[in-house]
Amino acid sequence: MFDTLKSRIYQGNQFIKDIKNAPMREQFRGLPKLCNANCNNCKDCLNVCPTGALKLNPLSIDMGKCTFCGACKNVCKTGAIDFTNFYKLSTTKRENLIVTEDMTQEEFSKIAIEVRKEIKRVFGKSLKLRQVSAAGCNGCEMELNACSNVNFDMGRFGIDFVASPRHADGLVITGPISKNMAYALEDCYKSTPDPKIVVLCGACAISGGVFQQSSELNREFLEKYPIDLYIAGCPVHPLTFINGILGFIQGK
Amino acid sequence: MNWIKKKNNTKININDIPTLKINDLREEIISLNKRPIGFFGKDWGRGSTKLFVILADDENADLYVSSVIFEGSEKEYESLTQVILAFHIFEREFYEQFGIKPLNHPWLKPLRKNQKDYKFFEMEGEEVHQVAVGPIHAGVIEPGHFRFMCNGETVYHLEIMLGYQNRGVEELMVKHPTNQMAESICGDSVIAHNLAYSKVMEILKNIKVSKRAQLIRTLALEMERAAIHIGDLGAISGDIAYLMGASVFGATRTLVINTMLEFSGSRFGRGLVRVGGVNFDIDNEKIERAIKTLTKVEKDVDRMVKTMLKNTSVMSRLEKTGVVSQEKAREIGLVGMAARACGIVIDSRFDFADECFKNLALPRKIFKGKGDVNARFQLRYQETMESLSIAKRILEMLKNGFKEEVLNLNNNSLCADSLAISITEGWRGEIVHIALTDMNGTLSRYKIKDPSFNNWYGLALAVRNNGVSDFPLCNKSFNLSYCGNDL
Ligand code: SF4
Repeated sequence: MFDTLKSRIYQGNQFIKDIKNAPMREQFRGLPKLCNANCNNCKDCLNVCPTGALKLNPLSIDMGKCTFCGACKNVCKTGAIDFTNFYKLSTTKRENLIVTEDMTQEEFSKIAIEVRKEIKRVFGKSLKLRQVSAAGCNGCEMELNACSNVNFDMGRFGIDFVASPRHADGLVITGPISKNMAYALEDCYKSTPDPKIVVLCGACAISGGVFQQSSELNREFLEKYPIDLYIAGCPVHPLTFINGILGFIQGK
Repeated sequence: MNWIKKKNNTKININDIPTLKINDLREEIISLNKRPIGFFGKDWGRGSTKLFVILADDENADLYVSSVIFEGSEKEYESLTQVILAFHIFEREFYEQFGIKPLNHPWLKPLRKNQKDYKFFEMEGEEVHQVAVGPIHAGVIEPGHFRFMCNGETVYHLEIMLGYQNRGVEELMVKHPTNQMAESICGDSVIAHNLAYSKVMEILKNIKVSKRAQLIRTLALEMERAAIHIGDLGAISGDIAYLMGASVFGATRTLVINTMLEFSGSRFGRGLVRVGGVNFDIDNEKIERAIKTLTKVEKDVDRMVKTMLKNTSVMSRLEKTGVVSQEKAREIGLVGMAARACGIVIDSRFDFADECFKNLALPRKIFKGKGDVNARFQLRYQETMESLSIAKRILEMLKNGFKEEVLNLNNNSLCADSLAISITEGWRGEIVHIALTDMNGTLSRYKIKDPSFNNWYGLALAVRNNGVSDFPLCNKSFNLSYCGNDL
């Protein structure tokens, strides 16, 4: 009993108080910062990019494909590519994930999330999500689990992962969606009562990521049903996820 | 000569590998009676298939390699599983990929594909009922299907059907091999899989990696082990409703992975290891901070585990739950942590040590476990403490010396006609990567073996005669990888 209390006291309070302004370590690779003037068109970055996220003339990075591996930055001799530690990388529109030179942090924050009144009204105070890993590598899954730990404590905002799609207000999809998971995913979607939202979480879910070329995928689901929110990362950082969802349901 | 004998992290000229008749090789395998780590086919032109067999002799750190050619008309052979059970999953895989049937295999079911043809083992009787779970599970985890045959609360038998995660990784690796792909084979073993891949490529490209880079790699591997073990200690606590443990271990794990973030820009170490070394050096300021953090982690884990082990209600949930006997574990060929928890001495860090690990000259601790959840819990604790102390030791070494470049940018072409093998001990157990090149020096086959491939059957045995409600606990104590198995 006393040992338990002692352990508890040693731990203190672990939760991040102000999640919307939580600091991030400088080493984190978040929103890219591109500079066309520095680019000399050597194409070295194109050769090392594993997902085809990069384009030249003008420089752009598609965060829906990007694994944030940093290989392009490491290989660039002229400093045309850099990554900031800005982590709020969620958007309601797929195109917004394609970042060019003028996409600053402020600019991205302004356009990223289109707030819908009805979403705010229905889900603003409570959002229960069913997570479906459709061939996710367990990277995003571990980070989504971390969202509910004592540090990030997502539950305090009324956002939780639930066991049954019947209890859920929406799906969070991770992974590139394998053929073998296509049926279960769709089934799960149909079992979720309306109104519901669909969130794509991580490069694999958004674009197939490093698995884009695989013949074992079946991504038809994404053509059939509307997607409400895209959250970039590989894997998605818990702060990215929580802030993305909060921005979407609270419009802040 | 029936075998070619090699050490870990080597390449072999494909033409030096003996090619036997299947019946002869079968006899050889049975008489040698070593652990299979590779048993895979490759298209050999004109409808024929070449089967490569790699066996591991853990005591002497030797690998035995041999092969067989099946002509287009040869579509079956007498299965090895009848004699050595550990081959069961390898033969299933070979059959699924190449259609060559192991006759009299007791459990020849689909592995990753053709799930519709999967026939479950059924039991009959008035009292027997089935419980089907998955592919989508209650928590935020990967998909897989579990079928329990129960009598009331008691599980007679569990059958695990996987394959939902199949992404065709082996084919993708041949077409477009990258470090980033290796990191995504299994996202909880980023460092381990990427290390195995990088080593295989370095062998084929004749690239030397500096001592400093090797130390950073080993550091990252041990931090990964510690982080996941701590996370799983938390998950086990959660499953026995000891929420205090879940909270404390969760918060403690955060400290380790945030240190990893400082080293590499990613909480799981993505972008750190690459062919030729590592992408980031670690300066002394970060080292100091890391040593402090890891010391705190050591204390926190130690305090929490000791508190838990004194608690009788915790112990009554851990002890004698989910037992796999040592005998069974050997028979079915368990590897890694799950095998060590049954008292088997197996750890490729020691058995097939690489240069860097050898130079650390660490003492080998033998764990005497009974193969229950308690054993897996305590083993994880022991390994966490070991890994943290190794990590701290390496950090001290990096602080005081080994001032070298951490990346060798030579990009030689791959050696032609070669087979390269690398074994790395991830936190679950041995990860084996094998790459083959053709006469032009392009990759022609890539084979991956995750420890989960061997160990899933261990979980199935562990839950026999336990309550269904203890399944999550058993499952967490193993924490096997779905995508590592499905690839
Ligand atoms: S950081 Fe993104 S854009 Fe750059 S190489 Fe990696 S995946 Fe490509």
